[in-house]
Amino acid sequence: MAIFSTSPLITSGHSVSSPAPTIDIRAIVRNHGSVAAVDHVSFQVQRGEFFSILGPSGAGKTSVLRIVAGFEDPDAGDVLIDGRSMLGVPPNRRPVNLVFQSYALFPHLTVFENVAFGLKMRRVPASLIDEHVRQALTMVKLVGKEGRKPAQLSGGEQQRVALARALVNKPAVVLLDEPLAALDQQLRQAMQVELKSIQEQAGLTCVCVTHHQEEAMMMSDRIAVMHQGRMWQVGTPREVYENPRTLFVSRFLGVSNELPGRVGEAVEGAHLFQPADDLVPGFPVRIGPEVSAGRPATWSLRPEQLRMSRERPATQDPVLPGVLEKVLFAGSETKYLVRVGRDRLWEARTSGAMQLPYTSGDPVFLHWALGDGRVFFE
Amino acid sequence: MPPDDVAHITPTAQDSCRSCWLAVPGLLWMILFFLVPLLLVLAISFASRGTYGGIVWEFTWANYLDLLHPLYGKILVQSLCYATVTTAICFLLGFPLAYVIARSPARWQPVLLLLVMLPFWTNFLVRTYAWMILLRHDGLANHLLLALGLITEPLELLYTPTAVVIGLVYGYLPFMVLPLYVAVERLDPVLVEAAWDLYASRWAVLTRVVVPLTMPGIVGGCILVFIPSIGSFITPDLLGGARSMMIGNLIQHEYLVVRDWPLGSAVSFVLMGIVMAAVVLYYRRATPGDGPLEGR
Repeated sequence: MAIFSTSPLITSGHSVSSPAPTIDIRAIVRNHGSVAAVDHVSFQVQRGEFFSILGPSGAGKTSVLRIVAGFEDPDAGDVLIDGRSMLGVPPNRRPVNLVFQSYALFPHLTVFENVAFGLKMRRVPASLIDEHVRQALTMVKLVGKEGRKPAQLSGGEQQRVALARALVNKPAVVLLDEPLAALDQQLRQAMQVELKSIQEQAGLTCVCVTHHQEEAMMMSDRIAVMHQGRMWQVGTPREVYENPRTLFVSRFLGVSNELPGRVGEAVEGAHLFQPADDLVPGFPVRIGPEVSAGRPATWSLRPEQLRMSRERPATQDPVLPGVLEKVLFAGSETKYLVRVGRDRLWEARTSGAMQLPYTSGDPVFLHWALGDGRVFFE
Repeated sequence: MPPDDVAHITPTAQDSCRSCWLAVPGLLWMILFFLVPLLLVLAISFASRGTYGGIVWEFTWANYLDLLHPLYGKILVQSLCYATVTTAICFLLGFPLAYVIARSPARWQPVLLLLVMLPFWTNFLVRTYAWMILLRHDGLANHLLLALGLITEPLELLYTPTAVVIGLVYGYLPFMVLPLYVAVERLDPVLVEAAWDLYASRWAVLTRVVVPLTMPGIVGGCILVFIPSIGSFITPDLLGGARSMMIGNLIQHEYLVVRDWPLGSAVSFVLMGIVMAAVVLYYRRATPGDGPLEGR
């Protein structure tokens, strides 16, 4: 199953080989005043897939979710669920359920009644409701709390009720709006694992909106990075992290050590990158064949790909000198901030056990594999 | 929310009494000007009327027994009907109005609420007289209906039960709107969306989510309209004519016209009893066990 697409994102192209997608979003546009909150967004989600829309606040990702749920209408484009256009179909007639960021549990109903709400509205026979609700509560480990009111539950438990209330309806798609944002760090990490396992166990198709890159990477089969109303890249977490297509995607998915400059002459199968900062010597970079020399660009590298040593290493790889500014011990790992040139602070990391005997002010050499560095043209 | 956060509202007995003295002035006022007169009225209701309208201090149940007369019963039932109909109409008009106000842009809400309360800037009696002008035979209402071709003959509007209900609804609608506004304003719009997302029709959203969660406001509004409605006497007096006597008119009549203070006092206490019974009933209705009032 071809679950990642590298086709241009603005068009509504379909992957021919894949089975009919559960969700097919075709070039939707949503204007808020004169600003396009959603600007020709297209994507497809396959059955059983966990698809995340990742982006900073204001990127338009919640608008996309609300359009799929039916709370907002797109100004252009189409939303297909199981091959059926959803335009003009109100939320209560769509085979989707939304897990709200604030959970939106009904405070006057018990846990059981909250979970049963959707089934009741669809006039499912009482005996079946009982069975389905029990199954859903078992799945989210809330058996024994059926009679509680939402106010009597912890944040994590409320989250589970919200999830059960959606999945009990066996919708074609479960929409998750920042599902774990209201939880504290530890609970959030535990719920990430649990939410993912529930999703796999129940075979749910999920579209999740989040601004939390780690959350998106851990739970998703594919991630779409959204910014200023547009989708910049769609791919597997590894793909998006390791091969970001733009500087924004690179920065948003993790720390990126950067150096502005321009690409110079071709040398031995690579190009010479000339940093704008004249204190930093040029070094080789690998770029595509179509690039002409002299273009301004930003070079970037992930911290975990950066190696640090006291002596200049005997290697063919690019090497830059720097000065260690700070050693930050963060438990499971140690971070090193190294000054490169005039004003760049780069981050390098080692795991906690192998803390290197460096102190601030030490001159160090930074090196990396030629292929790891990435060049982004403006 | 961690579980220990749930019961944080209940203060300890010590905390709640530290500022008790702040209640003293208000309490004194209430004792002097409410409780004492009330007890006086209670005492009078067990006395009897002197020949020239004075009070003869002899204990008797006679006044209460007099009230068993069918005429008084009729007035009582009539008052209950007026108050109930008024409350119902106020609710039907007030709920959508309150909903719209509470869901309008934040900067418009104070203005809209001000407009609701605007009639209070003028004396109630004057406003009721204004209704007489509107509703009379050659009044504005009839002119308008004639001009629109809806009627060919002027309607008899003034001095009818309809006029009384119109006047009462007009007078007490703001008392319904304000508590409902507060209740709707507190209702998280996301809950409405959640219900809609969970296959609820618009009607089901209203009956399953909006009404249960605004029940405190509904109860409050209904009580605030019902109580002054059932005891009102200006409106039925000016707009209702002789046949539309309400319990308030009866009290006024006994005190000021017949000068039978003991009987008037007895009627007052019966009215109080009815109002209190109605309030208790409303609360019972609104809070079956641990209802929304407790949940908030």
